[in-house]
Amino acid sequence: MTVRTRVAVVGAGMAAARLARQTLSPLLPGTLDLTLYGHEPHAPYNRALLAGVLDGRYVPEALALPTGGATVRTGTEVVAVDTGARTLRTDLGESVPYDTLVLATGANPVLPPIRGLHATDGHGSPGRELKDGVHAFRTLADCVRLAEAARHTRRAVVVGGGVLGVSAARSLAALGIPVEVVHQAPHLMERHLDDEAGATVRRALEGMGAAVYTGNRARAIEGDTAVTGVRLANGHVLDCDLVVLACGVRPRTGLARAAGIEVRRGIVVDDTLATSAPGVYAIGDCTEHRGAVHGLTGPGWAQADVLAARLSGTDPDATYTGVHGVARLTAGALEVAAFGEVADTDGDALRLADGTRGAYGSYKKLVMRGDRLVGAILVGDLAAVGELTRTYERGEPLPSRPLDLFSPLEGAVL
Amino acid sequence: MNATTTATPGAPVDTPVDTHCPYCSLQCGMRLRPTGDTAGLPVEIVERPRFPVNKGALCGKGHNAAAVLAAGVRLTTPLVRDEKGGPLREAGWDEALDRAAAAFTTAGVRYGRDAVGVFGGGGLTNEKAYLLGKFARVALRTSRIDYNGRFCMSSAAAAHKAAFGLDRGLPFPLADVARTGCVLLVGSNLADTMPPAVRYLREMQEGGGKLIVVDPRRTRTADLADLHLAAAPGTDLALALGLLHLVIAGGHVDEEFVASRTTGYGAAREAAMAHWPERVEALTGVPVAQLRRAVELFVGAGSGMVLTARGPEQQSKGVDTVGAWINLCLATGRAGRPLSGYGCLTGQGNGQGGREHGQKADQLPGYRSITDPEARQHVAAVWGVDAEDLPGPGVSAYELLDTLGTEDGVRALFLMGSNPVVSAPRARHVTERLCALDALVVCDVVLSETAALADVVLPSAQWAEETGTMTNLEGRVILRQAAIRPPGQVRTDLHIMHELAARLGREKGFPYDPEEVFAELREASAGGQADYSGISYERIRAEDGVFWPCPATGEDHAARPAMSAPDAPRPSIPHPGTPRLFLDAFATPDGRARFADVSHRPAAEEPDADYPLYLTTGRVLAQYQSGAQTRRTPALNGAAPGPFVELHPRLADRIGVRDGELVVVTSRRGRASAPAKVTSTIRPDTVFMPFHWAGEGRANTLTNPALDPTSRMPEFKVCAVRVEKTS
Repeated sequence: MTVRTRVAVVGAGMAAARLARQTLSPLLPGTLDLTLYGHEPHAPYNRALLAGVLDGRYVPEALALPTGGATVRTGTEVVAVDTGARTLRTDLGESVPYDTLVLATGANPVLPPIRGLHATDGHGSPGRELKDGVHAFRTLADCVRLAEAARHTRRAVVVGGGVLGVSAARSLAALGIPVEVVHQAPHLMERHLDDEAGATVRRALEGMGAAVYTGNRARAIEGDTAVTGVRLANGHVLDCDLVVLACGVRPRTGLARAAGIEVRRGIVVDDTLATSAPGVYAIGDCTEHRGAVHGLTGPGWAQADVLAARLSGTDPDATYTGVHGVARLTAGALEVAAFGEVADTDGDALRLADGTRGAYGSYKKLVMRGDRLVGAILVGDLAAVGELTRTYERGEPLPSRPLDLFSPLEGAVL
Repeated sequence: MNATTTATPGAPVDTPVDTHCPYCSLQCGMRLRPTGDTAGLPVEIVERPRFPVNKGALCGKGHNAAAVLAAGVRLTTPLVRDEKGGPLREAGWDEALDRAAAAFTTAGVRYGRDAVGVFGGGGLTNEKAYLLGKFARVALRTSRIDYNGRFCMSSAAAAHKAAFGLDRGLPFPLADVARTGCVLLVGSNLADTMPPAVRYLREMQEGGGKLIVVDPRRTRTADLADLHLAAAPGTDLALALGLLHLVIAGGHVDEEFVASRTTGYGAAREAAMAHWPERVEALTGVPVAQLRRAVELFVGAGSGMVLTARGPEQQSKGVDTVGAWINLCLATGRAGRPLSGYGCLTGQGNGQGGREHGQKADQLPGYRSITDPEARQHVAAVWGVDAEDLPGPGVSAYELLDTLGTEDGVRALFLMGSNPVVSAPRARHVTERLCALDALVVCDVVLSETAALADVVLPSAQWAEETGTMTNLEGRVILRQAAIRPPGQVRTDLHIMHELAARLGREKGFPYDPEEVFAELREASAGGQADYSGISYERIRAEDGVFWPCPATGEDHAARPAMSAPDAPRPSIPHPGTPRLFLDAFATPDGRARFADVSHRPAAEEPDADYPLYLTTGRVLAQYQSGAQTRRTPALNGAAPGPFVELHPRLADRIGVRDGELVVVTSRRGRASAPAKVTSTIRPDTVFMPFHWAGEGRANTLTNPALDPTSRMPEFKVCAVRVEKTS
């Protein structure tokens, strides 16, 4: 009698769901015993769509992702792993043996160094819970709570003007809530955009009814038990009763670290997605591959696909050598795509701005080195997004007139 | 001048005969007036204005169809080859037929019955397709029969069956297209491939309807569209799921329809959630704004249709891809309702009927399954044989061709109405396999590239010279009627099968009068899904065709969920035929349509560093299929005399080639060369080659025979190539 291989996946987020679906779908049912352990109370869902839950475009249940018939243990945190004995321990105290372990623990939101984030406990010192009215924006539960709170909100402040912050601000604005964005960097989405693109996004957000304060740092959350405002480093206080924290994410590596698995910024994996421990793999936002850590779905799913091909046997030699991440934001009528190097300090760059195009104007930029495209930004007009990303990802030489890349097919209509 | 008759000896030469075009699945009505000119064109083609599909209009192919009837162009005597490598020489019928029969017998005796194979075609009449299946199973007693229709509609057929329980290309007459609110046309260039159908799209647009075309090229058809989505080859599945996602996100799901008339929505919805707009944009190259616009147009009208053709179907995930487009129809309630639904634009003239009557490896007449004991019993009884003596399922077209001349493969092949040297994927390999046969026997009207390899060539009659039914893309059974007699020693395919069967010990059971064969087909199809038992030549003439299913009496009518005639006819009243399917219920056991649980996956071969471009293949206006007929028609061949490689100016610039210069296209399976046609209407990551030619410019030298796991459809529409300027 053959014993079915037991694959335990720690995490039930997007990468985990993709891994389960891709591993199990080519196999006959019952070939492989694959279990996802998720600490969230929900079955795997599409995190990329959370802003749509906030603005009511999606009901939470509609976000469910396929898992290929895997066993999904929701609300179950894996608290320890013994990589020698190949067992894991859950927060219920169970000890579960595995043959293969996959860490897909994802990332945690970064809580900024702001005073007054947490509610005080009975003794007057800060507790562990966020203050009433302060919300993270990472999980479906966060989002549902936020959506509920938003129904009674007068004014909101979003701390952080990256992709997530802009997206949250747009959703709140779409609900008719006055919203202000506080962002430390000189322009919005500075990790992905140059200043002119950031300014275009800013104009778009303002057009949607949001106020934006760049180059400003939130210093403290005002209010004793509930939020009454956000105090900025320059001393101004923005009155509000709702604060959304959108200050980026950090790989969740505590479990791996405690198990003695090599961790740098993320859990270190090689091209087979193997960690330093035998029989243990890692995928998604928690990983560090060839020095790269990113919180984008594209690379996480590419990793899941490679590991699934190896685990299911459809391609036992599959490897992951890294993919280029493309930052992509859809916020109502505002569309943004950006990748690679976007500053034009040492390379050639071409820019096209058209203030009349679309609802908020458009801005396009190519950054080139020699005859190669090394980065690009598209704001407001994404007709060429497929063309640009392909040229970049495949390392194709630029055409003799690089601006031609902005032209889609002749006569194409939108 | 309404008199229409079939040609009889001594009939006045100018008696016009109503018939149909020999080319595509529209089967446009035309009228033939015999000229009496035996040296030139023996018929004149005139308008037949009342036939509903084309209302008199014909395209260039139809107008010039008579050219292939001319004596100089075609085969008029049997040919045999005395030794491998030797020349073909003329022979009498007895010698040719004896040789063919002896070759089949020898191979059967030496290697077993499955060493004899049959390869049919989607251009054959229903009568021929039916009799060819019977010939394989009864006279040759081989399981090895399949046909080139496998390369056409098999993916749509499988998806259709899975979703609706029944496979008919269009569930409605073409005329309904003109009245729907939106048509989403996926991977069809019908403005070039079936021009008379364009009028329905134009009428729809004139009435305020919207046309969305999905194609990696801005084709003549895409030019007509209100919205053109230039998705990368092989990404139609992702596109369909992305649109479904937006339908869900936009609250456009017809919940009541989904609840009352479908099953399986949950899994389809989850799959759609894994294909959110930005991801689909990354997979397809179609910007999110265009995806949104497409959904607005599709759900904005009160009714809508999705029509697919070879683009999404000829992929190694063709069945899943069509399933995803059907999901879009089901989620929006655009199915099983007037002026709405999913349809497949069948390609070949009898692509529909050809797949219903038993020339497919796993089928028996009436769209019955060869593994279903009841079906075997029924058909065996009609054929007067023991059900146990019927062979089981054979292998699919490419698998059959791939193993020709090998240990477990076919050693002697009977091929009718197909030209795989040009039309099969990985054609160089297939040509080698054909040459490795002990014996190749080909029935054709011209000496095609495949016939030229044969040991025995049997010249057969063509469309204007013989009578028989075809089933067009609408499921309308129509009647081709002989206007003239074939020249020289030419015989009909039915006659040839009759003679061969007799030589194989079956004197009876292979009649060659088409109406007699049709009578038997009716009986064999009775009670099957494609039930023709209520259809007669007389009714077809009187009613401009009859839509199947059409049982002999109306008795079963109320019980059969697929049928939705306006009034349930009483027994004894002839069944009216079924122009519109599924209006009351789908043809599944519980009457509900099934959502497909499908996800995007890459093509079998994606571009990489060595082969960095997509190749997609297709057709041009003036040629048809392997070109066997159209390349012999001066007016058509003059308009499109040879192959070409269509590529974007930026790609041309990169490889340093100018319009008209020769380029070499290389895939893992071979190389082809043809002049560059530089145009900015194609995606810069894709090159296109039409597949109508043999020789250096043969597109199918390059194509990938990776098969769909369900339909066994080869991946004609996407493979990886590199393109270089010839030095």
